[in-house]
Amino acid sequence: MKLLTHNVLTSKCIRGVTVGYPLLIKATNVKVSEVEFKPDFVAKVLPKIEWDVLANAAESLGHWQNLPKELPNNYENDTDFLKKIHRVLLEVEVIQGELICPESGRKFPITNGIANMLLNEDEV
Amino acid sequence: MSKCWKKYLLWFAQEHIEFRIAEIESLLSLFKIDMRYDEKPLNQEPFWLVEFTSETDAQLLASRSVSLRNCIELWGRANSLEHLHSTLKAKRDLFVPHFHSQKSFKIEVETFGKHFSQNEKVSKLETFDYLPLQGKVKLKNPDVCLQYIEYYGNKHLNPPELPYEIFFGKLIASGLRQLIQKLSLKTRKFIGNTTMDPQLSLLMANQAQIQSGDIILDPFVGSGSLLVAAAEFGAYVFGSDIDYLMLHGKTKPSRIKQKKRAEDENVYANMKQYHLESQYLDVLISDFTTIFWKPSMQFDAIITDPPYGIREATERVGTEKSNYVVSEEHLATHVPAKIEYGIPIIYRDLLVFASKHLKVSGKLVCWFPVFREDYNEECLPTHPCLKLIANCEQPLSKVTSRRLLTFEKTRPPSIEELNIEYSTIQDFRDKYFTIREESRKEKRLKNASLKKENWEKYMTNKNAVEVHK
Ligand SMILES: C[S@@+](CC[C@H](N)C(=O)[O-])C[C@H]1O[C@@H](n2cnc3c(N)ncnc32)[C@H](O)[C@@H]1O
Repeated sequence: MKLLTHNVLTSKCIRGVTVGYPLLIKATNVKVSEVEFKPDFVAKVLPKIEWDVLANAAESLGHWQNLPKELPNNYENDTDFLKKIHRVLLEVEVIQGELICPESGRKFPITNGIANMLLNEDEV
Repeated sequence: MSKCWKKYLLWFAQEHIEFRIAEIESLLSLFKIDMRYDEKPLNQEPFWLVEFTSETDAQLLASRSVSLRNCIELWGRANSLEHLHSTLKAKRDLFVPHFHSQKSFKIEVETFGKHFSQNEKVSKLETFDYLPLQGKVKLKNPDVCLQYIEYYGNKHLNPPELPYEIFFGKLIASGLRQLIQKLSLKTRKFIGNTTMDPQLSLLMANQAQIQSGDIILDPFVGSGSLLVAAAEFGAYVFGSDIDYLMLHGKTKPSRIKQKKRAEDENVYANMKQYHLESQYLDVLISDFTTIFWKPSMQFDAIITDPPYGIREATERVGTEKSNYVVSEEHLATHVPAKIEYGIPIIYRDLLVFASKHLKVSGKLVCWFPVFREDYNEECLPTHPCLKLIANCEQPLSKVTSRRLLTFEKTRPPSIEELNIEYSTIQDFRDKYFTIREESRKEKRLKNASLKKENWEKYMTNKNAVEVHK
């Protein structure tokens, strides 16, 4: 599971949970795999990303690479910056671990990079 | 300023003809290309006579079309060879610039609807000796490729002596027929029982007007065939599916000869096989009735083939038992129970989801099963924020078909429109299984009467033999 994905998931659909965002990450295996760098794409998704959430997630996995705590202006042409963000969004991957609902504590296991978001029949 | 229109011949593959017009219209709108019909196309004919204002438009269209085989700049069209020759001779000046001693060339002969040997084809070309051909002949990737086409109609039995139509022109561009081969399911790493064939998957991606850098979702992703097609056109892809074993590539193999699935069969492996792994975002194991995407998440397109409950179950997590609780000790290994997720509800949920999670002007492309005799547009799913912009039928049997629906999101939904609770559409299986039941019964009866007949024949013969003894 990539951090881009983590950035757009919430556990709000669980009964009793009001925001469910951001999910906590507990990782036992993190991999960095090469993904082709397309600056246009990174620049395009950045406005949709919660910067703080991305920063905290990447930091907790040890992959924040000293990026600024706030999204800088005029990043569209800053290739170095976009490259680092590219790495955080698309290349860092949780292979084994858990996503945890911040309100209910419900855990969602991640195996082989795929998160299992199935709830049980008594939770829906 | 008046535009200068030029004539082109679009030559299509005679496969999945029902999707042709919708595909071309979708691509014209995607690329904002002006195209007009020189002659209204007939449904069953493999060619269209059209006009573009620039060659780049024609090339752009071909570069994305799956239905199209070739696009030809039309130099001559006639219903006899003599007529074609006189037309071409009169226009000589027009095409002289294409012939040059430095330009290699080739002339291809195609006969549609009637077979000719290679020698016969070559002799057809000999009458073109007046063409100012100068360069070298080159069979592979020539600078100029000319096409001579004879059309004998599309009823392949008993073609006429002479062709109905003859065309001559210069090949401008070819469509994506080769991509269909490349994505063939025969050689694909990971497939399931309901994997979509590559041609239809690509057509769906074209209905969705995928552009490079789009983020798309298939919420019933299965083996990811629709993601592969979208990624071919540059989309970044998300998928989700309720089936844990499927997404982990642990279901029973779908190939008859395969005993066990390979270790690494999954959606990602398919992307990798076609060098599309950079377009892969993630797949999630998730029930479509519990949405984990954050409320503000907007996809550029949603492309999907929901379950119809014929080849696969339509289920969601749930239970009929009241106050049921999974016990603590079983929690870690518990497989959630499922209840029926009927077609009317699936499509209601899908359209409501699209109204919320598509960007405005984004497309929802999905299949919808129908009973052919009952079909009318009123039985299709609807939502006030989604406009149906294309609707093509693919017959599956005499009585059933599925329709490829393309919706465009026209505006954001109101709160009420996000909580639509009713569904007006019918579950097509109500009838599907009744009819199947009937036909099974009929078959049994027929088999029984056939057996009886055979038995009677046998007995009479036997008696006859015995009498003769
Ligand atoms: C027709 S198949 C799609 C096949 C897919 N296009 C492919 O390439 O393999 C429908 C899929 O929907 C999934 N499905 C069924 N019920 C579901 C639900 N409630 N939520 C999410 N997925 C579901 C099934 O597991 C199945 O993989």
